[in-house]
Amino acid sequence: MSDTQFGRYGGQYVPEALMPALEELEDAYERYVLGNEDGFLDEFRERIRDFGGRPTPLGRADRLSDRYGREVYLKREDLLHGGAHKLNNALGQVLLAKYMGKERIIAETGAGQHGTATAMAAAHLGMPCEIYMGRTDVNRQRPNVFRMRINGAEVNPVDIGRGTLKEAISETMRDWSRTVEDSHYVIGSVVGPSPFPRMVRDFQAIISEEAREQIRERTGGLPDSVVACAGGGSNTMGMFHEFVPDADVSLYAVEAGGSSLEVDEDTGVAPNSASLSTGAEGVLHGARTRLLQDSDGQIMESHSVSAGLDYAGVGPELAYLVDEGRVTPVNVDDDAALEAFHRLSTQEGIIPALETAHAFAYLEGAAAELGEVVIVNVSGRGDKDLETVIEETETRGIEAAPEMSVFDGGLR
Amino acid sequence: MSGSPPRGGPTDGLAAAFADGPAFVPYLVAGDPDYEGSLQYVEALARGGADVIELGLPFSEPIAEGPTIQSAIVRSLEAGMGPERFFTFVEALDVDVPLVCMTYYNLLYQYGTEEGPRPFVERAAEAGIAGFVVPDLPAEEAGPLRAACDEFGLDLIFIVAPTTRGERLARTHELISGYVYVQARLGTTGAREEVSDRTESSLERIADWEVPKAVGFGIKTGEHAARIVRAGADGIIVGSALVDVVAEGVEEGRPTAETAATLEERARELKRGALHGASEPEAEQP
Ligand SMILES: Cc1ncc(COP(=O)(O)O)c(C=O)c1O
Repeated sequence: MSDTQFGRYGGQYVPEALMPALEELEDAYERYVLGNEDGFLDEFRERIRDFGGRPTPLGRADRLSDRYGREVYLKREDLLHGGAHKLNNALGQVLLAKYMGKERIIAETGAGQHGTATAMAAAHLGMPCEIYMGRTDVNRQRPNVFRMRINGAEVNPVDIGRGTLKEAISETMRDWSRTVEDSHYVIGSVVGPSPFPRMVRDFQAIISEEAREQIRERTGGLPDSVVACAGGGSNTMGMFHEFVPDADVSLYAVEAGGSSLEVDEDTGVAPNSASLSTGAEGVLHGARTRLLQDSDGQIMESHSVSAGLDYAGVGPELAYLVDEGRVTPVNVDDDAALEAFHRLSTQEGIIPALETAHAFAYLEGAAAELGEVVIVNVSGRGDKDLETVIEETETRGIEAAPEMSVFDGGLR
Repeated sequence: MSGSPPRGGPTDGLAAAFADGPAFVPYLVAGDPDYEGSLQYVEALARGGADVIELGLPFSEPIAEGPTIQSAIVRSLEAGMGPERFFTFVEALDVDVPLVCMTYYNLLYQYGTEEGPRPFVERAAEAGIAGFVVPDLPAEEAGPLRAACDEFGLDLIFIVAPTTRGERLARTHELISGYVYVQARLGTTGAREEVSDRTESSLERIADWEVPKAVGFGIKTGEHAARIVRAGADGIIVGSALVDVVAEGVEEGRPTAETAATLEERARELKRGALHGASEPEAEQP
């Protein structure tokens, strides 16, 4: 296996014009990130503390612990600046771009959390920034569009296809192939061509470095299981990485089951984003990984109520760890995620992102498998999702939801 | 291949296409805007003087394409184009120039039951395809496809970008056959008003390569074609400017025959431009 791969997955399936940039990035990653050249890592650690607010706490969820009859701990990435784990990677990559002498930052975003984190990091470090975001996502994650604009980033809506994360990544790659000499593409998850999956994982691994120490301080030992949602899988790999060698710690990656696991070949739609659970091996966005695709190899349109999980691919390292049996892929549907959203909000006083809510929905169905001590990664907070949640909750008649008659004349 | 003589060994075919002066290499998306119309359009390009034709097999995530070809890909996919139908399309074409299949790796990779690109290459060879251009497959990942192409006698064309230098050039050179696709400018495909000034330096970097050098990305007019040939190219590749003709035909609701005639005429102009560039190396520069 070459060092661009994780077992059979990974690699560098990109246009030739981008290959020199990947070589340059590989070199910078090795020197600055792995080698701490020019004190890069020291500066990163300092900034992620002073600007980002690390370390984030690990707290016990009292009501959930009672409800499931086990110790449930929450790793609070929702408390990181920007409201999600995304800043760990965005700040790392924007800083790296600066060390590399790049002059412009581009990024894709799905839920807008990565775009927001990138816009913040770029403003913080004084770099111009352009974000690509699918039209559907622009409409369903408006608060984050405001935040990006207010931080001074350009936001370019992408009208192709269903207008979600897949199209946004493709369009950012197109921008990059035009501007590669002076721009750095801050990819938002552990996806894309090598070295992105490894590098993004390394920036996110700070989550599990902290959590592993914190749980030992709290309980004197390691957890029995660790649960995180998985879109591309950056909060997932960040939360898992330091636990991967701990063979007794079970790792659960919770994917979006959407409305159904059945696919419709004729329309090219998979009404879910469960690429680890149901996908097949293929090549998308620079990497060989597990994908939602039809029998010809055309990529399917995915679906999830959560924009950040709504993606037909997944990081190659996660695909590898699933094949190796180290990570267990599971999934929960839209309704279960919405119920979990309300449950965490009312019972723990934490409004989670819809992406994060998927991890909690898994707890509800399968707590018994998880052992005595469980850590769930609270990958982000849900302010961005309030509009979607209130609408979806109403149309679906979700049980755990509060009623909203407080608005004069109802919601609309 | 109804009605046309069987092609010679594919490698001979592609090399031969560049043998008598500058080659004109047009590109269209197969099946754009529909199967029948597209057959006529490709045949019109052959009548207009094409020496090689690049046929796009549409993939749902064409990351190397600009808006013009993306839209063509959507039209073709919506009209039902796919790998199997593509091979039928190639077999139905009545042209006697070599055909190159341009597509993305996942479609090659998924075809057939055996793992890897071999079944696709085998079927393509049977249909009469002479070679491949795969924009998301750099030399690093191309080992299995190169092996399958060798097995079935097909060429594997690589793109050399303005950013390709040093060791990367050597790595690509080792695997290439047929011709080299010199990307005239950074970015995605799309017709432009100006010829990129990076073309010459790109051609210089590969001056000692034995394969013919075809330049593409942004070429629109006969005048562009002439300038590129004067800069040292052995051929010109024109995609978006021709796909634009198909798109216009769709938008204006023109009869297929009319669009085909426009394509044939446009092909003549481009071929003439290329020939002109070859015959007047010191021609008037503005
Ligand atoms: C809060 C939150 N969690 C999770 C994700 C999913 O991304 P990943 O799987 O890379 O962690 C997102 C993506 O936008 C997100 O905003």
